[in-house]
Amino acid sequence: MRGRTMALFDFFRRSEPTSASMAKDRLQIIVTRERAVTSGTPDYLARLKQELLEVISKYEKVDLDRVSVNLERNHGFDVLELNIVLADDSPPMPLPRPRAALSAPRS
Amino acid sequence: MSKVIVVTSGKGGVGKTTTSANVATGLALLGYRTVAIDFDVGLRNLDLVMGCERRVVYDFVNVIKKEASLRQAVIRDKRVENLFILPASQTRDKDALDVEGVGRVIEDFRAAQFDYIICDSPAGIERGALMAMYFADEAIVVTNPEVSSVRDSDRVLGLLDAKTRKVETGERVKTHLLLTRYAPGRVAKGEMLGYADVLELLGIPLLGVIPESKAVLQASNLGTPVILDPTADAAQAYLDVVARFVGEERPQRFLDVPKRGFFSRLFGEPTAYAG
Repeated sequence: MRGRTMALFDFFRRSEPTSASMAKDRLQIIVTRERAVTSGTPDYLARLKQELLEVISKYEKVDLDRVSVNLERNHGFDVLELNIVLADDSPPMPLPRPRAALSAPRS
Repeated sequence: MSKVIVVTSGKGGVGKTTTSANVATGLALLGYRTVAIDFDVGLRNLDLVMGCERRVVYDFVNVIKKEASLRQAVIRDKRVENLFILPASQTRDKDALDVEGVGRVIEDFRAAQFDYIICDSPAGIERGALMAMYFADEAIVVTNPEVSSVRDSDRVLGLLDAKTRKVETGERVKTHLLLTRYAPGRVAKGEMLGYADVLELLGIPLLGVIPESKAVLQASNLGTPVILDPTADAAQAYLDVVARFVGEERPQRFLDVPKRGFFSRLFGEPTAYAG
């Protein structure tokens, strides 16, 4: 009898994760994210930004401080996000959040 | 050939100084000429844990600023032969440590034929911590089975892979994980991260597990590293750690709840521990 109640008890218990397993899950997420940040963005990002600017500035006036290039690591793939805000004195045009996203399978 | 070992963690209060004191003492007990350097400028503690606080005259910063010679500043331990301590200063500013100065002191210890130079890192990832790890050949990363400690250890591992002289010369600092304040009973109940989880998260080899133990606090109350009291469980654990560190193979202990005694096994309950 005792064995059976224990088993029943265990059954309910297992459905609820222990605090240690929650700690592990949280750590897995945060540690992975922080490794991606601190291990740094690839070193070509600065050059990429520079070269893109050169190309775009041939056609449009670009405010240097308002360009951002970000690499985001999601599960399984990386997203390269490029934000370019055109200079204020360029003709007003609707800017639907210029955003180019390149997805590539993570190596 | 001297080996420089940094004892580091990121987070404070996890047992860096206790570990530095015990590993240094343990290495000296094995006959290795060992010095422990306290890098925690401003908050000197190693001398207190090792029980030589009243013999401090000159300190690490005095040596760096050439106000004292290494010979004047280094304290010889009274209990263990081959064991020396270079205390931190209590009042100077943290910027007192620089690469040239620290490098010179390390070189002097190498020249003086020390086998092991243990660098007791301050908490945090500021200058003192970076200086403590810069010249390291190997690192003991002290971690508690607790979320913030594990996260900080991971940060520190990142720094060890980036901000050391070894890395600048294309090598890597060899890293070891030391889990301290481990309570197997709480792990069994699912209240504490288990060693396997921490190992999986941090991905470095396990040097050892130091059980949560009353003896550690008692030892620092007395200023006697716990390793000098071999009846204590934590002392046994540190003796294992030191033996492994010098290349001896020893099975891990203190991972599980102590085995039940004869009587409780005889009248044992159906499940050892639920959950």
